[in-house]
Amino acid sequence: MLIPHPLLGPRDAQEFVYLGDAALIDRPDGTAAGIEAFHDYLYLRDNPAGQHRELWYHEQGDRSWLVVTRDTVTHEILKAELARDVALARGRGR
Amino acid sequence: MRYSIWNVLAQGLTGHRGWKPVWRDPAPQADYDIVIVGGGGHGLATAYYLAREFGARRIAVLEKGWLGGGNVGRNTTIIRSNYLLPGNEPFYEFSMKLWEGLEQELNYNAMVSQRGIINLFHTDAQRDAFVRRGNAMILHGADAELLDREGVRRLYPFLDFDNARFPIKGALMQRRGGTARHDAVAWGYARAADALGVDLIQNCEVTGMRIEAGRIRGLETTRGRIGARKVGVAVAGWSSRVMAMAGLRLPIESHVLQAFVTEGLKPFIDGVMTFGAGHFYVSQSDKGGLVFGGDIDGYNSYAQRGNLPVIEDVAEGGMALIPALGRARLLRSWGGVMDMSMDGSPIIDRTPVEGLYLNAGWCYGGFKATPASGFCFAHLIARDAPHPTAAAYRLDRFRRGLMIDEKGQGATPNLH
Repeated sequence: MLIPHPLLGPRDAQEFVYLGDAALIDRPDGTAAGIEAFHDYLYLRDNPAGQHRELWYHEQGDRSWLVVTRDTVTHEILKAELARDVALARGRGR
Repeated sequence: MRYSIWNVLAQGLTGHRGWKPVWRDPAPQADYDIVIVGGGGHGLATAYYLAREFGARRIAVLEKGWLGGGNVGRNTTIIRSNYLLPGNEPFYEFSMKLWEGLEQELNYNAMVSQRGIINLFHTDAQRDAFVRRGNAMILHGADAELLDREGVRRLYPFLDFDNARFPIKGALMQRRGGTARHDAVAWGYARAADALGVDLIQNCEVTGMRIEAGRIRGLETTRGRIGARKVGVAVAGWSSRVMAMAGLRLPIESHVLQAFVTEGLKPFIDGVMTFGAGHFYVSQSDKGGLVFGGDIDGYNSYAQRGNLPVIEDVAEGGMALIPALGRARLLRSWGGVMDMSMDGSPIIDRTPVEGLYLNAGWCYGGFKATPASGFCFAHLIARDAPHPTAAAYRLDRFRRGLMIDEKGQGATPNLH
């Protein structure tokens, strides 16, 4: 699989480490959310067959986190964005 | 038809014209007491034990493709009970004992071969960990034996004992471990379940669940609506998708695991060998092919095929252990979709929907578990109480902090 890195162009997926569903960006507030929300965040997954937005870390490269949109049935990679941009657009960070 | 040597001789003398289909191909009835979703090893074993051990009747198994066409036909056929944790080891040892009597019970040749399995170690710390594991196995009634370097050399003199990175110092041996013919396990259970009156319904995909007032009433399928008092789901790889029909999210990710077989060779490796440090394990089939594999690819997948980097990684691991492997030609590689759970251990439990039961999360260890998984799932469905050896496989164990994490990796499914 080649991941179209937004800064570096096409990179071999082997250079990356996989974390999982990009929903992991949306970590609940530790003091306000409660244990159920944290359980769901940590342990439950949608696990779709089809398009999946997921976090890949470019460990053997520029060490950026990407949000890659990939089809879990065909392995086709549709899009790669900087996770930073995605997180900021969702209102994470200050 | 009961199989026997007389049977084979009589058929041989009459031109093999008397063999009958091994199971019926019934149309689905409108209503069953118990419906099992998934005609793989675990689903078929569940149906068999429900009918055989727990006296259940009016049972159907629904399979979207053909019987045994999923992971029971795509694994590397290893059976073993060399686990460490109390939640796991009694269950897998129960499975091993069922394997030992399986062929006589099913009257079917599943080619169960207790040829021994070794786990290699390379450091003092690894040896200590394996001593601990071996002791845990013995305490739970399994067998375990520590081999030193010379003990391993007597078995497999061709290994690279002085590998610079992972010199072989010895191994943990379970002599009762080995292999079984994977397809024959599915076919044997299917035949035995069919003989007990279970309807095995193929080409029948579940498309929806009828749930009324928190209770399962039946299933929508591509072959019509089927009523059921109880439904057991055993569809590893696709558990998340099927249970989503009941509105459940599971602690599971689906990942692809690849396996490989070489061309047929003369007898070379007479047991099963695992090289954990190098992410490689191997055995030799009775046909002569070296059957081997390594790690999962590491990303979510429903594709039943993997990518080349893992093939390279597994081949490198194999070459590091067995330099002679480089002379063998690879015949095939394939992939299966694994239910990777959040702690690396399976789930056999009730669900929040009354009458709906779940058997899932087998990671890449489902094949060896087939008999006990079927027995314990049948026990749960029939009696609404977990079998003692499977009592820890609860769906809510993550919420309660009672994970069974053999590898100590935490909630990272691609690392188990």
